[in-house]
Amino acid sequence: MSKKLIPYFFLGPALLLFICFTVYPVISSLILSFQTQEAGQYVFTGLDNYIRLMKDTIFLKALSNTFIILIIQVPIMLFLALLLASALNSQLLKLRGIFRVGFFMPAVTSLVAYSILFSVMLQDTGVINRFLGFLGVDQIRWLSDAFWAKVSIILAMTWRWTGYNMVIYLAAMQNISEELYEAASLDGAGKIKQFFYITVPQLKPVILFTAIISTISTLQLFDEPYNLTNGGPSDATMTLGLYIFKNGFEYYDFGYASAIAYVVVIIVAILSFIQMKVTGDE
Amino acid sequence: MSNSLKQRKLTSKLVLYITLLAGLVISIFPFYWMFVGSTNHTSKMFTNPPTLTFGGQFLTNLTNLNDSIGIYRVLFNSLFVSLVYVLLALIVNTMAAYALSKFEFKGQKTIFMILIVSMMIPYQATMIPLFKLMANFNFLNTYFALIVPSLCLPFAIFLMRQNLLAFPTALIEAARIDGAGEIRIFLRIVLPSMKPALAATAIYLFMAQWNNFMWPLVATTSNDMYTFPVALSSLIGISIIDYGQVMTGITIATIPIIIFFLLLQKHFIAGMLGSSVK
Repeated sequence: MSKKLIPYFFLGPALLLFICFTVYPVISSLILSFQTQEAGQYVFTGLDNYIRLMKDTIFLKALSNTFIILIIQVPIMLFLALLLASALNSQLLKLRGIFRVGFFMPAVTSLVAYSILFSVMLQDTGVINRFLGFLGVDQIRWLSDAFWAKVSIILAMTWRWTGYNMVIYLAAMQNISEELYEAASLDGAGKIKQFFYITVPQLKPVILFTAIISTISTLQLFDEPYNLTNGGPSDATMTLGLYIFKNGFEYYDFGYASAIAYVVVIIVAILSFIQMKVTGDE
Repeated sequence: MSNSLKQRKLTSKLVLYITLLAGLVISIFPFYWMFVGSTNHTSKMFTNPPTLTFGGQFLTNLTNLNDSIGIYRVLFNSLFVSLVYVLLALIVNTMAAYALSKFEFKGQKTIFMILIVSMMIPYQATMIPLFKLMANFNFLNTYFALIVPSLCLPFAIFLMRQNLLAFPTALIEAARIDGAGEIRIFLRIVLPSMKPALAATAIYLFMAQWNNFMWPLVATTSNDMYTFPVALSSLIGISIIDYGQVMTGITIATIPIIIFFLLLQKHFIAGMLGSSVK
């Protein structure tokens, strides 16, 4: 083997797979997004699919639902994860290991399994309403009310992912110097001040990282609405990911589904760019 | 320290423990309730007050579950697909990471950049052409379709590359001078020192494939090729749902992973977060 060819030998298999199963599909679906099926053939119809999107009320609903879930769920989850991580980071706390494992445990469940589990627990006569009943709360229609169905998805996702993010923050906290906290204590700053003035700024790059990852995955949200609410009631939990799937594999409208997918691509690109700009360097 | 200050500290500590304990209960309770549900009849899932004790229905539920989705077959599908995927993906991606970290060649930087950027592309943007491709070649409902398209995983390349960068290049050069072949160097010198990173990446890959739902849902249409998540999901798509079966199914899907997690906590967390154990 010639010396120059060696790296290509190692890279070759991955590159070949990447071209066939990522590059080709990405380009192909971009082309498909400008096409419509007419008499069994895909023909170019310019921006037709994209124009159709603007007038499609279900698409607009899916877009707003996805953003509502994103804007409410991601900050709540990341804030909770930060709080839990700070609490567990304290050397004085006993049973830290148990708390850490316990909080992380939801993250090992498969997305389908936990979505189904929540769909059973959140039934009108399910265990969650029973417990709320003990506290004097009236039965909540978790899955059949437009508002509560969104809350259900947000609750389930927060249960699944908070511990995961907490462990990321805990790992990053090991790199914050103890001296910063000691100095702040001497200056009379309480735990809450320390949290906002030391922990949060020190973890900024990690928080940005988790925010970007959560944003990208929420924009593609599929498993939860598919299994927990199936987009209902009347599209109240329809997400972009679910709508792409329905158009592609229930209505077999590949061109239109591809156009929606490319809207998601553009949103991901814009949001990641903004998040990086807003939070500055790194 | 004054008494009132001491008392305040004690109270805040108590509040902290109670809050954490409440959080722990919220995290763990659904698991407990799932196990309980898997041992009870459907009707017990919705009683008032809720049923919180184990029943004797597990084997009945299991039998019913097997009648509806062929549990052993789909379990085998998922395990087979996940394990073969881990093995092949580990080879392909580690090789790529090795090329990108220990060699200098034309286009190296560009290729790495493209791989990194591609991680931000939503999966849905590739799914439809992938489906058409698999359909054209008659690969739907095959293990090939479930395993091969996602073999090149840029995140795994990124992970392995981070670890390989720390490997001393001088060792590789020394081996070359001694006349060792390139493949031999890779297998005998580089890989053995990458065990923790390989373990973490393997866990990451396994979890990704084991939990994968959308692609198997698209790529399989016959019951005997379903993966476990697809089969589970089909249970709740029907009009009369047997919740006993459903709970048994998700319990079986979850228990092995929990055991695996509790045994290998450190590696497991590292793998799922995409870092190697330090």
